[in-house]
Amino acid sequence: MSAEALLSLENLCVSFFTQACPERSRGAGVVLAVQDVSFSIRKGQTFAILGESGCGKTTVALAIMRLVPARQGKVVQGRILFEGRNLLELSEKQMRLIRGNKISMVFQEPATSLNPVYTVGDQIAEVIELHQNKDALASAPVAEVPPPQGRGLKVREDAVAILRKVGIADPERRALEYPHQFSGGMQQRVMIAMAISCNPALLIADEPTTALDTTVQAQILDLLDNLQEQNGMGILLITHNLGVAAQRADIIAVMYASRIVEIADARQLFAWPLHPYTQGLLQSLPHLGSSVERLPTIPGTVPEPLHFPSGCKFHPRCRIGCTDMRCRKIEPALREIQPGRSVACWYAKGYEKKIKN
Amino acid sequence: MSSKLLEVTDLKTYFPVRKGLLRRTVGHIRAVDGVSFAIRRGQTLGLVGESGCGKTTVARTIVRLIPATAGRVVFNEVDVLSADKNKLCQLRKDISLIFQDTYGSLNPRMTVGSIIGEPLKVHRAATNGPCLRRGKLVPAKAGITEQVVALLSKVGLSGDHINRYPHEFSGGQRQRIGIARALALAPKLIICDEPVSTLDISIAAQILNLLKDLQQESGLTYLFIAHDLTLVDFFCDVVAVMYMGRIVEQASAEELCRNPLHPYTRALMSAIPQIGGCPRHRRAASGCGIPSGLNPSVGCTFGPRCSLWLGHPCSGAGPDCLSQMPPLVESSDRKGHFVACWRVSVPA
Repeated sequence: MSAEALLSLENLCVSFFTQACPERSRGAGVVLAVQDVSFSIRKGQTFAILGESGCGKTTVALAIMRLVPARQGKVVQGRILFEGRNLLELSEKQMRLIRGNKISMVFQEPATSLNPVYTVGDQIAEVIELHQNKDALASAPVAEVPPPQGRGLKVREDAVAILRKVGIADPERRALEYPHQFSGGMQQRVMIAMAISCNPALLIADEPTTALDTTVQAQILDLLDNLQEQNGMGILLITHNLGVAAQRADIIAVMYASRIVEIADARQLFAWPLHPYTQGLLQSLPHLGSSVERLPTIPGTVPEPLHFPSGCKFHPRCRIGCTDMRCRKIEPALREIQPGRSVACWYAKGYEKKIKN
Repeated sequence: MSSKLLEVTDLKTYFPVRKGLLRRTVGHIRAVDGVSFAIRRGQTLGLVGESGCGKTTVARTIVRLIPATAGRVVFNEVDVLSADKNKLCQLRKDISLIFQDTYGSLNPRMTVGSIIGEPLKVHRAATNGPCLRRGKLVPAKAGITEQVVALLSKVGLSGDHINRYPHEFSGGQRQRIGIARALALAPKLIICDEPVSTLDISIAAQILNLLKDLQQESGLTYLFIAHDLTLVDFFCDVVAVMYMGRIVEQASAEELCRNPLHPYTRALMSAIPQIGGCPRHRRAASGCGIPSGLNPSVGCTFGPRCSLWLGHPCSGAGPDCLSQMPPLVESSDRKGHFVACWRVSVPA
């Protein structure tokens, strides 16, 4: 891992313990949601995690934010280094200074992530007040202490300024409105406004445009691009949309069944996908103007986390690996086979050579 | 028999907006505002548009789940909107629906067998043995269970699944159950309302292939509603693009994707994130959000977002763009390509 990395994950493993078999009984009842995930994000870079639902991509994000539900889940192994510090070793108090301040997150469903009973301006102001203006408030003279029902004037102005920054027209008026008065795309802009209100070094965007129309999606992604240009923040983009990843990410990690199966530069990944899963995903996407009768598909379904297959987790659906004994028995680890290209497949070109060396 | 299975003419669905203590109607939302199209037997018509453009309302109005304000819907030479109870019962057999939300559309308390068997029971297409109904003995038809098993295998599920509950299935499998239910009464038309938009890519491809296979097997006709132009291009024969309750462009899928004429279609196409395209390229601008259907502006509804209109004042809008909604007319140089735009359809 390079020293300039903003965030780097080392062998992160997250498990969930189902109620039927509590933590004591090992083996059955333990869902290995994330296994052995390592990657690093540099400043100003957009790193995308691409994968289907249930592959563990959101759990990675929650682990970084230390938001894995403590009762059911646990980070069982690994390190999360953010600006040189291991987030997993911080106390909750220290973590609160980072969460929402240095690392912030945009969620998939803006409608459910916003509080319906507070105005939009109030919700943004809350973030700023919590993280940035704490000292300013404490040292303010008595006359300037905000009235109990409202927030400080300065904070409110800040909130309006941020709303303007994310492209909301007439922000002074809209700051006083409630989330239901905003459309889906506008709600997502508010979410982004909240997330960037403290100039975070890292923004985690968990499927930020999945609930939105294509035209609105393009606007939101443009907005993220522009903000990144201005602030130089790193973006961890979590998505299942290949097109979004192709267009917006610098580096893409493909996840399948709790593991990263391939990491590559965005251009390279789509030009020469190495893992059969990535190849299958690319083929099963309809293209505009192509005249195919049937879409090539990946047979079968994503395995359930409680019943992962042995060996390579993709082998039951793989056209090469389904008959190979080695694929069935031994799980290939993620190995770098070219500079900046890693893959976890016995049959990827150059994979074996790397082992012998 | 005419070659057209479904013909919709000038369909309008308005929702009243009520306000005040007496809930007086103060206005109307024009959810569907003069939509006309026809689907031939065995064909697939795609209806594309952003959320809120009225595509689902069109589907629901056609099956009379929502009362229409005006217009005519003819299905299989039967006028749907004026059909009486008996005729409507027959229509419900012939038209079925597949829904977007696979959680919401399957009753969590019913087993797969009873979900798929329910339409058979309701329409008495099958009974589990001779029974008395209104004093008459109804003879046994092919058993419900056998039919459900046959339907399950048709959509690629095993007959063993019959006693399981919806939560035991993945999203793709649940959508297959929904398709089996839609197929139960051997319908002529299936309305697919965003059938794959909540599914993963690899699963969506499987479901689309399944729908295509079923169409080839039994000559089904589809009305396919989607917001994704690439899906529609792959799946449909004819595509209609909707905006603000109106069809703004209609052509064969191939023609539409090769040669989009309406600025809205172009904006939609350029908003699709393409693989292999130049990364982070700038798109044809499609301005601010969708205007409200409550007070549509005078003139072309797409006007405020139009690239031919906005920022091009000199080449800009003719007086017509501002004063009148353009009608859907056939393009002068392309047969079968209909477009509703003053700037495109009227040769300079």
